[in-house]
Amino acid sequence: MLAALTALLVFQLIGEVVSVAFGLPVPGPVIGMVLLFLALAVKGSVPADLQTTGQGLLSHLSLLFVPAGVGVLLHAHLVAEEWPAITAALVGSTLLTIAVTALVMKWLMPNEETDET
Amino acid sequence: MTKDFTEIWVYLSASPLLGLTVTLAAYLAGSWLFKKSGRNPLVNPVLIAVAAIVALLWATDTPYETYFDGAQFVHFLLGPATVALAIPLYNQFHQVKKTFGALVTALLCGSVTAAVSAIGIAWLLDGSEQTLLSLAPKSVTTPIAMGITEKIGGLPSLTAVLVILTGIIGAVFGRIVLNLVRVKDMRARGLAIGVASHGIGTAAALQASEVAGAFAGLAMGLNGIATAVLIPLLVTVLF
Repeated sequence: MLAALTALLVFQLIGEVVSVAFGLPVPGPVIGMVLLFLALAVKGSVPADLQTTGQGLLSHLSLLFVPAGVGVLLHAHLVAEEWPAITAALVGSTLLTIAVTALVMKWLMPNEETDET
Repeated sequence: MTKDFTEIWVYLSASPLLGLTVTLAAYLAGSWLFKKSGRNPLVNPVLIAVAAIVALLWATDTPYETYFDGAQFVHFLLGPATVALAIPLYNQFHQVKKTFGALVTALLCGSVTAAVSAIGIAWLLDGSEQTLLSLAPKSVTTPIAMGITEKIGGLPSLTAVLVILTGIIGAVFGRIVLNLVRVKDMRARGLAIGVASHGIGTAAALQASEVAGAFAGLAMGLNGIATAVLIPLLVTVLF
């Protein structure tokens, strides 16, 4: 577990360094994700230790957003002034995006596993 | 007795233990309610935990900084967890390869829809230009979104609020929309949630299945990059 956690941190660190060094708009952890993916592809398998630790971390991914969520809701007054326009835009746009993306993917995907109703 | 309690409170509120414990306890309570409700997406554990903690901080007049002293240990794990999204992605990569053309097309359609519809709806309802610009990158992960907003002249702190709200909206209502448009395939469902509502949506998708989680994580990363390129272009056309 310790080795796996260290590996995740090392990839994040490399990602942060790459992001800052090249002035990329993509945050370090996302670059770290790409690099870890490439490393796994080269290795050809996921080490059991990394699989267990990664899965443990990801099964509680929702929890990790709670502190940021609290910080943000304390700043909810920023939304207050134009709340009807903002609420409508957030809800409408998010739901529309989900529908559009899912339908385009469904139509274009090789449909061997789709189950039509 | 009151004095003792005040003393204990002063002592506790100076230590990070309380903020950390409250975060975990509130989330466990949210998860418990989520399971009790038969995993109803409307009973979202993040939403419940956040609301409970905000109420608590407000009632006890605790500044966010004091709370964050403890909560930062949880917050910190977001970085390594994002890196760990490579694992489901690798495990499900045969699925990604098979659908790659469809995936990229759907992702770009979703990315443009997210920005254009948010700007359009707010514009129709008389939103100010700053609000429109701050709304544009709302579907991508916070650091990317704030960077984009800064570049195009919006308000980054407003964007941070809008990003989190978007994540919660996607996690809460995503399953309902997907059932409504009758998309059952986990690859398409995961992709859609990841494009529209970044990490908070991905967390919800991972709870549904590893396939959905892998596609959501990939969609979150790719949409971050696509949006960073597309929005500045879009803004020069629209404004």
